Amino acid sequence: MSENHSYLRMEQITKTFGPVTALKDVTFSARPGQVHALCGENGAGKSTLMKVLAGVYRPDNGRILIDEKEVSFMHPGQALNVGISILYQELDLAEDLTVYENIFLGKEIKSSIPFVINRKAMISQTQKLCKQYGFDIDPMSQIRHLTTGQCQIVELLKALMQNAKIIVMDEPTSSLSESESKRLFEIIRELRQKNLTIIYISHRMEEVKLLADQISVLRDGETVGSGPSSEMDIHKVIRLMVGRELNEYYPPREPKIGSVFFEAEKLASDEGINDITFNVRRGEIVGIAGLVGAGRTEVARAIFGIKPLTAGSIKIDGKTIKIKKPSDAVRNRIAFLTEDRKRSGLCLNLPCSWNMTLPNYRTIGMKTLLNLRKEEKLCQTYGEKVSVRWIRPSSPANSLSGGNQQKLLIGRWLMADSDFLIFDEPTRGIDIGAKKEVFILLNELAAEGKAILIISSELQELLGICDRILVMRRGRIAGNLEATKTTQEKIMHLAALEK
Amino acid sequence: MNRFAKQILPFCSLIFIISLWTFLEPDNFLTMQNLMNVLRRSSINGIIAAGMTYVIITSGIDLSVGSMLAMCGMIGSVAMLKFSGASWAQVTGGNYVELGTAAMIMGTLVGIAAGALCGFGNGMLITRLKLAPFIVTLGTMSIFRGASYLMNDGKPFAVSDYAWLDIGTIIGIPSSVVLLILILALAGFILKYTPFGRYVYAIGSNVETAFHAGINVRNSIVIVYTMIGAFVGMAAMITTSRASSAQPSAGLALELDIIAAVIIGGCSPAGGKGTMIGTIIGTLLISFLRNGLTLMDISTNVQLVVIGAIIVLAVAADQIATKREA
Repeated sequence: MSENHSYLRMEQITKTFGPVTALKDVTFSARPGQVHALCGENGAGKSTLMKVLAGVYRPDNGRILIDEKEVSFMHPGQALNVGISILYQELDLAEDLTVYENIFLGKEIKSSIPFVINRKAMISQTQKLCKQYGFDIDPMSQIRHLTTGQCQIVELLKALMQNAKIIVMDEPTSSLSESESKRLFEIIRELRQKNLTIIYISHRMEEVKLLADQISVLRDGETVGSGPSSEMDIHKVIRLMVGRELNEYYPPREPKIGSVFFEAEKLASDEGINDITFNVRRGEIVGIAGLVGAGRTEVARAIFGIKPLTAGSIKIDGKTIKIKKPSDAVRNRIAFLTEDRKRSGLCLNLPCSWNMTLPNYRTIGMKTLLNLRKEEKLCQTYGEKVSVRWIRPSSPANSLSGGNQQKLLIGRWLMADSDFLIFDEPTRGIDIGAKKEVFILLNELAAEGKAILIISSELQELLGICDRILVMRRGRIAGNLEATKTTQEKIMHLAALEK
Repeated sequence: MNRFAKQILPFCSLIFIISLWTFLEPDNFLTMQNLMNVLRRSSINGIIAAGMTYVIITSGIDLSVGSMLAMCGMIGSVAMLKFSGASWAQVTGGNYVELGTAAMIMGTLVGIAAGALCGFGNGMLITRLKLAPFIVTLGTMSIFRGASYLMNDGKPFAVSDYAWLDIGTIIGIPSSVVLLILILALAGFILKYTPFGRYVYAIGSNVETAFHAGINVRNSIVIVYTMIGAFVGMAAMITTSRASSAQPSAGLALELDIIAAVIIGGCSPAGGKGTMIGTIIGTLLISFLRNGLTLMDISTNVQLVVIGAIIVLAVAADQIATKREA
């Protein structure tokens, strides 16, 4: 029994959000003095599972045991009290406060005088903790003067000060430099020596291999594999992460590919993309694959002029064009379907019809004056084309479901009569039926001779509809693959592995 | 409260106020002369409110309109006096100067242009320096007021001959009321029937979306503030004509009435919402309210309290309705 003694056990955790099942009967355990890596594709349920552990979400079903005692958390504070700490991807520190102030935020040590805090005690305790773990950080320095790596150490100190026994790290190296990452790995090993439990979430296979004692893989909210790292080699993990059959809901592609239409040469922008060179031909659907943070959306933002290029050039139909802002892109008949339709796609309180025509007044011949009746008719026509279900075109956009909002936006860019269309996560947050309709639409657009670029986190989706797939890693294109001659494993290798 | 009730509420309130005053002051209120008076008084507020509707739909605000009005009146008057050949001593002295028709027209145009320029400045500060409209116009409010006082050492400029804008009529209707109707119609038309009107709504509703849809957000905002500036210039010349002089203290706290009228008319301070019809109703509502209270010999101090309370009520009603919808 003591051999199998688990500090943490999560049993048959199920969590649903409306109709979506995020976690299904997930069982997960971690032992003290162990680094347990949690792997999975974007949206596999890793973060949800950890949020259940941290008391951010309450599971619909299942239980959490700590030292064989069942616990249940109503809010994150309770998880903290039993020693569970999560270091999120985005750091959560008060920039203007000092290291020790952040560490003791909300838990300040009081002095004997009421309402007065004991600074000295807090500083010396911070120093003591730093010494104990061998961190070299000045408790008095302001957070804004620290590097990202140092900030992460502060977060860690905060967790340790609260007596954390289980520390979850969510993609901790995503914003670290190489040397900072190396330092972090050393720290993780020290924590392991001190008998803490580390749960390590990462896409980066080489890190997982380097650190993990135990590896669990999630896919579509289910545990698909778990075992000691000696039994889980990288290729097996990747296979487990992606291992899905292509569903039959992709319409058959019979591409009629024409001449090169869109050319990007050595594009770079301030958002961390570099040396991006690719082309899209008429009638071709090209996909961009890559992990979160690989720079996929940033490529689209650069092409569309949202974050203008700092280097490189764009050609359409052989002619070099300058795009400094989105209106330049729209004038050159480029469409960009945003991944975040609520934040940058729709004016939610305005009528559907207004949302549809917003970038298109020139195209529909209403450059100076609107013809409201004609506008409504046009919207009806395009609404039918994309089969959006609205009460009427004049009802506000926020009265539509997510899938219908997406179709509304696709209708907008159809109306724009664009020749080059960029779709960023076109099927995010919409149900299977709507997805299928979107795929059919994309297919039809390509058949009309338009050039299409699709960004997606779902590999099988890209394999299902694209002719060619570009794989991005750390702001660069790491591969350019024929969709029919590649596999999810190959793409994952290119996206997740350093050469 | 559903959406329909929310839209109809200002209109019902207007009917209620008119009925109330008709009942309380049957002899004075419902006379042709009094009603024309209310309309004439509304012209200044209404013209500026037309511009403020645009500003608030973009989720901005313009606090500087009151002092801009004073400054534009001063500038327009000086131009008028100089175009009539007055010496600087005559301009600043406040004595009677005979004004030529051409000079009066030129002066009026200068006043309007001054307003447009002030508004343009507000717009540039907001968009180029990325400052909050509230802060920019709070600052320029003080600048314009100070400049108005500095221009003639706190004294007004006298333009006794400049009367047509106030007492002149076009087919029997006071010229200021004709101007009001023209401007409201034009502003309402642009808002509803041109792409620019849509851009204004889109910017207020979701500026990110507007930018992504290829709208030139910065230029649109500059145009909106320039437009309200030109309208303020127009209103300034009516004010000057009414007083036969340009007063540096003109338009004190005017922004309160204007913003109140626009908000009561259904514009949301959060942006993306509002109509010109609503603004017209809101303006009339405040004008009738003030008129009735004045007829009943209730002091302007009390009027301030009442108007303030109504703003809070209107915004609260809007908030409650929005929450119910959600």
